[in-house]
Amino acid sequence: MKGRMISPGTAEGVAIVSTEPIGFYGGIDIETGIVIEKGHPLEGKSVKDKILVFPCGKGSTVGSYVIYGIKKNGVAPAGIVNKETETIVATGAILAGIPCVDQIDIEKIKDGDMVLLDADNALVTVQ
Amino acid sequence: MHLTKEEEKILDGEEGEVLERLFRLLVRLGDIYGAEKMIPVGSVQVAGVSYKSVGDPGLAFLEDMASKGAKVKVLTYLNPAGMDLENWEKLGFPKDFAKNQIRVMDAFKKMGIVVTSTCTPYLAGNLPRFREHIAWSESSAVSFSNSVIGARTNREGGPSALAAALCGRTPNYGLHLWEKRQPNVKINVDVNLDFSSDFGALGYFVGKQVKNKIPYFTGIKDANTDQLKALGAAMAASGAVALYHVENLTPETDLVEKDGLETINVSKKELDETYEKLNSGKDPDIVILGCPHASLREISTLADKLKGKHLKKPVWICTSRMMKEAADRMGFTEIIEKAGGNIVADTCMVVSPIERMGYKTTGVNSGKAANYLPGFCKQDVVFANIDKLVEGQV
Repeated sequence: MKGRMISPGTAEGVAIVSTEPIGFYGGIDIETGIVIEKGHPLEGKSVKDKILVFPCGKGSTVGSYVIYGIKKNGVAPAGIVNKETETIVATGAILAGIPCVDQIDIEKIKDGDMVLLDADNALVTVQ
Repeated sequence: MHLTKEEEKILDGEEGEVLERLFRLLVRLGDIYGAEKMIPVGSVQVAGVSYKSVGDPGLAFLEDMASKGAKVKVLTYLNPAGMDLENWEKLGFPKDFAKNQIRVMDAFKKMGIVVTSTCTPYLAGNLPRFREHIAWSESSAVSFSNSVIGARTNREGGPSALAAALCGRTPNYGLHLWEKRQPNVKINVDVNLDFSSDFGALGYFVGKQVKNKIPYFTGIKDANTDQLKALGAAMAASGAVALYHVENLTPETDLVEKDGLETINVSKKELDETYEKLNSGKDPDIVILGCPHASLREISTLADKLKGKHLKKPVWICTSRMMKEAADRMGFTEIIEKAGGNIVADTCMVVSPIERMGYKTTGVNSGKAANYLPGFCKQDVVFANIDKLVEGQV
């Protein structure tokens, strides 16, 4: 699938898919990379080294720092795939250097799929 | 994107390494979102201030920039810190936390940022005008300035707002453009809204439904700025709403195109269900009001309710240092403290480490706070209107 490059780089990993938006601040623990938002479809799961797939960001604009922080703490996802990346996630991904592509039909990616993310060419391949 | 000669020079590193790196971020964002040029900003508000939210990586990022001599070019205010910057010891904020929080503040101050620490900069001396381009980041302040004032800002991430402050510019896309400020969903409100918490519940419900759309409200008969602040804050927390219009109440409603929109109805049923959903606890250990930061009117309302009363359990009201100063002069602070409550400035329940201060269940009248407290402060929440909350503590 061809989308739009948000943040360059390439990554490969197992997809972790959320049908709901993600708010990184208050939604993901900065030390562990585990989703902590109560009632969130990914609650209790770790995003570490995964290809994190979700429709769009939500909530606090401090989310950019959380994305930067989880990268520095070594618990960040390997890559991010969105339907629509808004500025909070974009800023975080660019600063942290996490490859990110949006404008992808994310319904076609299932939890547990092996995903190849070539953000430089805005390509997402489900293997 | 078209860059001026001056802007090209920043990208070439002529204004130093920090500006080059941050301007590159702005250009990248502009390219992604289709900006044709950069525009000057009138003011900035930076989120990512509490040590609890930026952590050690954020602190290192800020200290690095400050040590390299970066200075802001426009009036720049800060979001709430993780503690009351003057009374933290008395209020029981942990010492190790305070030490790091003070380092964060010092880094900001070194960059020329006004160390105000409030999510309501518009009540504390950073007031944009109608149609002024600004780069703000606190999600409720973004919502208020776009919707209630009619200024123009995107939802900036903490670092992109900082970049705008240091470069004095932001890429011209999204909500800076008139065509992107048009509503795309109509919300018909068919229920009376009496308390701020009613506006918070409405906002929470709508934010969940519309995610990052621009709602156009009909059926809200009247609302003051405190209530609009509560509405916008909740929508920005449960969704990513950065702009909303309220028929007859907000400045762009007569100008936008609102025919033929998909309509969502909100009645008493939806509001009641939202109250139920947001309540996960009983008998709060502490009640915290002032999310977003309380106006002087809200502080005065609390003072009226607490006059001559004795609180069994703590009640806090969070606000900016400026409102606290006025509350001190008016004697509101004394009334609230005599009853056993506190006016807490510079911080709020969402960004302060209340879970480390022995509190397990928090009572709030804010849809935004009710949204964040379970995840970020590990709190059970009692969400109710101010009368019920305060009665329960007396």
